Amino acid sequence: MLPILIGEAMTSHRPIRVLIAKPGLDGHDKGAKVVAQALRDAGCEVIYTGLHKTIDEIVQIAIQEDVDVIGLSILSGAHLPLTEQLVERLRERGLSDVIIVVGGNIPHKDRPKLLELGAAAVFPTGSRLEDIVAFISQKGERQ
Amino acid sequence: MAIKEPQLKEVILESGIEVKPIYRPHDIAHIDYERDIGEPGQYPFTRGIHKYMYRYRPWTMRQYAGFGTPYETNQRFHFLIDHGQNALNVAFDLPTQMGLDSDDPLAAGEVGRVGMAVDTLKDMEVAFQDIPIDRISVSLTVNAVTPIILAMYITVAEKQGVPRDRIRGTTQNDILKEYIGRGTWIFPVEPSIRLIGDTLEFCAREVPRYYPVSVCGYHIRESGSTPVQEIAYAYCIAKAYIDEVLDRGLSVDDFAGRISFNFDIFGNLWEQVAKFRAARRLWARIMKEEYGAQQPDTMKMKMIAGGGGSGLTIEEPENNIVRGAYYALIAALSGAQTSALCCYDEAYTIPSAKASLISLRTMQILAEEMGLCDTVDPLAGSYYIEWLTTEMEKRIVAEMRRVDEQWGGIVNAVSQGLVQQEVARQAYEYERKLQSGEIVKVGVNKYRVEGEEAPPEVELHEYRPEAMEEQRQRLEEVKRTRDATEVEAALAEVRDACQSGRNVMPAMLRAVRAYCTLGEITSVMKEVFGTFQEPVRI
Repeated sequence: MLPILIGEAMTSHRPIRVLIAKPGLDGHDKGAKVVAQALRDAGCEVIYTGLHKTIDEIVQIAIQEDVDVIGLSILSGAHLPLTEQLVERLRERGLSDVIIVVGGNIPHKDRPKLLELGAAAVFPTGSRLEDIVAFISQKGERQ
Repeated sequence: MAIKEPQLKEVILESGIEVKPIYRPHDIAHIDYERDIGEPGQYPFTRGIHKYMYRYRPWTMRQYAGFGTPYETNQRFHFLIDHGQNALNVAFDLPTQMGLDSDDPLAAGEVGRVGMAVDTLKDMEVAFQDIPIDRISVSLTVNAVTPIILAMYITVAEKQGVPRDRIRGTTQNDILKEYIGRGTWIFPVEPSIRLIGDTLEFCAREVPRYYPVSVCGYHIRESGSTPVQEIAYAYCIAKAYIDEVLDRGLSVDDFAGRISFNFDIFGNLWEQVAKFRAARRLWARIMKEEYGAQQPDTMKMKMIAGGGGSGLTIEEPENNIVRGAYYALIAALSGAQTSALCCYDEAYTIPSAKASLISLRTMQILAEEMGLCDTVDPLAGSYYIEWLTTEMEKRIVAEMRRVDEQWGGIVNAVSQGLVQQEVARQAYEYERKLQSGEIVKVGVNKYRVEGEEAPPEVELHEYRPEAMEEQRQRLEEVKRTRDATEVEAALAEVRDACQSGRNVMPAMLRAVRAYCTLGEITSVMKEVFGTFQEPVRI
């Protein structure tokens, strides 16, 4: 199944393109779908991968779709290894400028670790949609 | 002099029902006790499925537990049983739920993380070491790979000396809801429903005290549905499974009474209680009027009602202990057969032993100290509750009709992603109301002290990465010592059963007994059935 584009350009310049991705085996997708709808309403072009994607598949889609931001949604607890893999693969493909944000069930103590690994921001369960939208709107803008 | 009436805030429940400030006898004048409510233990079972309910026996307490290796999980089981828990609800890790062995590259980082890892029968033998499974009723939270795990469980029971007709327990085994929420699907919709039919048919004939399917409104609600949709979609799903088995020539009374339900608790207290009472009445009516059930047992809606994670908050996590207590109260006021609570730390990770124990204690305090077992269905006859029960039933019926008329039935709606889309839309709507403050969460969007973002001082469960290596070594050991010829033959029989369309359970039993791995068996099934292609709609 190909990922689908679920947002429309709402501004005259190129809208921010965001890939909402569900890596690994975790099947909890409510948060991913809620954030996808919020970003779409805010004018972003949002692509959602669907469940059970490998990091390689996610990177492939990110390249195909030329995204500015990848939002990883992880609720299984495997956020550290999965984020690390994504950062590595993006670096290998010369895509280090793609912004990575991580959401899901993330204990406090892991947040600095995720930032250290290369995530630009962490939005754990309970984050405000407006904060996510504001961050991505600001950071996702192409320099 | 006329007294000026105060302006009252409008109250509209999540299900869209407007609530009046006062209810009176005329609000329930159209409700007939015999016809609509009935005696406890009698049709239509609004008041409960047993005559004396908790006065005879309190509800079963069954906290979800499992992590790491089967050894660690076995210890946690003993811990819970030693503290008075009288049933088990087994959490499997994601690789197990997805049919992957612990040494599969796709399992990396996930082995033993959100549940226990199972690769072969050996792991199930270890997990249930010294657990008397003829007395402790065990719920196995597994869906796509149920035929394999159920075969392992039956084999463990037999090895413990428990004959098939004395095995009790439940497998979740509700694949249609996995496509809507929770997401541990593997195979396409049609063969998945067939496999559920196989387990229902096999158990009806061979393991008669077992509940092979627990239809879960719970995860549909957790994914964003309203309480009305939770029941409506679950009932459409249950009917789809029943229809599958009826096509095989069994009568509804042969097996439908062995389908139980798993529903969710969070949100408005009265709405939930009315939801459960309405659900019981409606299920009895569906089974009797639509399916022609003759046996009262077939008409009884048996449920686990669980305190849901969606009601809990990451902020001020100790407040979740209080929320859990109210959810437990709702379950008890609703006549649940079994209850479980999400623990206060579950917005962070799977629960610590301490958190699990607090949830168990919450239910024990309610049952033993607060008088919840004294009398059956204590809210019956309340003008508000009876009125609301009837309103909820009407709306559930209307939503079920919508599934059939607008979406071409639940199987089509799930295959096309229509339910998923509706539930995701609803989730977004709810989240926006939460963020705007229209729905209040104390300590989150009300009475929140800004700037106090210090991490909570609660002790969390720690993942032990060594679990993966230990699990791989045990798998290696099992593979080295098993009979390779029998493994080949058993896997060939699985393939043949899947292809031919005959019931897969005998082949599964042979395969697990030969210590075929979960991954090996699932691979054969994937080759025959293919995999589900997710319709991504938002």
